[in-house]
Amino acid sequence: MEHRLPASPHMENMSVNIPEIQSVADAINDAIAGAGVLVIENENPSGQHSLLFQNEHAVACARWLKQESPWKLDYLSNVTGIDWTEDALKVKFGKDAEPEETRGFLESVYHLYSMEAPIGPLVFRTRTGNRSDDVSLPSMTPVWRSAELQEREIFDLYGIHFKGHPDLRRLMMWDSFEGHPMRKDYVEPDDYEYEPTPHADVLKKSAAHQNPPAKGGDQ
Amino acid sequence: MSEMLNDPMMGTGPQYELTASSEHSPEGTERMEVSMGPHHPSTHGVFRMDVELDGETITKLKPVFGYLHRNHEKIAEGTSYLGSMPYTDRLDYFNSMTNNWAYALSVETLAGIEVPERAEYMRVITAELSRLQNHVCLIGFLVQDMGALGTPLMYAFRERERILDLFESLSGARMMCNYMRFGGCRCDFPQGWIEQAHQVVEAFPKFLDEFEALLSENEVLMSRSQEVGVLPKDLAIDAGVTGPILRASGVNYDIRKVDGYGIYDRFDFRVPLGDHGDTYDRYMMRILEMRESVKILRQALRDIPEGDFVHPKAKSRGLRPPAGEAYGRIEAPKGELGFYLISDKSPQPYRFRVRPPSLINLTILEDMCLGHTIADSVIILGSVDIVLGEVDR
Repeated sequence: MEHRLPASPHMENMSVNIPEIQSVADAINDAIAGAGVLVIENENPSGQHSLLFQNEHAVACARWLKQESPWKLDYLSNVTGIDWTEDALKVKFGKDAEPEETRGFLESVYHLYSMEAPIGPLVFRTRTGNRSDDVSLPSMTPVWRSAELQEREIFDLYGIHFKGHPDLRRLMMWDSFEGHPMRKDYVEPDDYEYEPTPHADVLKKSAAHQNPPAKGGDQ
Repeated sequence: MSEMLNDPMMGTGPQYELTASSEHSPEGTERMEVSMGPHHPSTHGVFRMDVELDGETITKLKPVFGYLHRNHEKIAEGTSYLGSMPYTDRLDYFNSMTNNWAYALSVETLAGIEVPERAEYMRVITAELSRLQNHVCLIGFLVQDMGALGTPLMYAFRERERILDLFESLSGARMMCNYMRFGGCRCDFPQGWIEQAHQVVEAFPKFLDEFEALLSENEVLMSRSQEVGVLPKDLAIDAGVTGPILRASGVNYDIRKVDGYGIYDRFDFRVPLGDHGDTYDRYMMRILEMRESVKILRQALRDIPEGDFVHPKAKSRGLRPPAGEAYGRIEAPKGELGFYLISDKSPQPYRFRVRPPSLINLTILEDMCLGHTIADSVIILGSVDIVLGEVDR
């Protein structure tokens, strides 16, 4: 029953070699007709620029990156939701931004690496139309399974509906929970553990607690 | 069953109707649903598995999360960059040192802060010590799940105590160390600390030999873990599994080698790889990784230079990084731990995201458990190595 493991040969130290972001965008646009991939610049010292995918072509672009691109980005590391409110966008783009630019939206960000080559992170993002009724995005779970739990978490905490996700349920909060706590405008209830009770005094007190009298009125 | 309920000898207490909630299997036997957890000793915390059984064999397994959820990310978005540092200790509470490092690395990437050489060595030393105690305890818990009550776990905890004593004399806390800062570490090694660490590291391989003599060729361990919970290579990559589980399936991917973050490119160490991807390989992976960590520690303790333990121009309080975003990651003992931060030039991050290895490694729990018995599911979960503080955040 000898079952010892061979240790790998000394892996050469590899330096992270991020492909030029514009060339990645051009390669996708060449490979997929009408993909319309845009580059989002990041002025931060990190220099991690990203790609913006159009929702209707996002899955095809992702599949191309994973299976056909020269970089073989087979490892989806991180999936994140972001809530861009109108106020935050006004801060970001300055006072004289176009109203089109400052319309709030929800965003889903993906960080890709490759198991075969030291490339990464390649970042791409998809955006919803707004923050209220147009909140669907294509799911990347059919392409990389590692998105499964992370997209469920984003659905739970941000309220983005991922189309094509096999099992879109809340992950952290309980099923009857209302609202999406990671949204910037989420207001916490004053008492998470409020439960009505038949006891009259407690009921009265809790009614006052749930509906506090308006300020300045008769107390 | 109904005869038993109608038996007058059964007393007049409340009578329960026993119903099977799932449909009958083709063989005519009933499937049984078992809810394992959240308060079950083998689930390593408040974790629940909804299991469907055919006899003892698992036919369905759905993990249920969120019992320890406190929305770490929302809290971090309401506090300063430095204010989140002690809170990262509570993610994977076995490895506060690596959690600190991952967060510090991300903020340093975001703000362009440099780290002095001595601080890099200090980070490597504390992180590798942390890896040693994580892996040794994991093996203790794993064999305890197999029925080896007490002895191996106590041996593991005895060794862990020595490392925690080092952490305590260094940071004042045994588990919640809160030791690293942007641009370095919080304080220098106290006098004599390196010699103490040297003693602990030198004694460790001897303990490992003893531990392996006790466990590695143990009949029970081998028959319970070999060919149990096999994780194929392709599935592991597709599901984003990282850390020792990924390498047990034979994928050569260690972020210490791939990114060479910090100063890991200076050390001579090898990445152990498995070739079966079963639970035994995952056990053996930890043993071999500990031996490699000892190698790294010996080199780091030998080569550590004098100098600053934090960059003199690094600013921790009131830090306002330039606007933009950054993702930083390290090889934590459980896998790839990453932090994704967005700055809007204010003192608080606009977005703070933790990429938790423990949660993402559970994506394939069902795939590994299907077809095995319910007793095996406990061992498979144990070999994944989760900490619920990080899974639920």
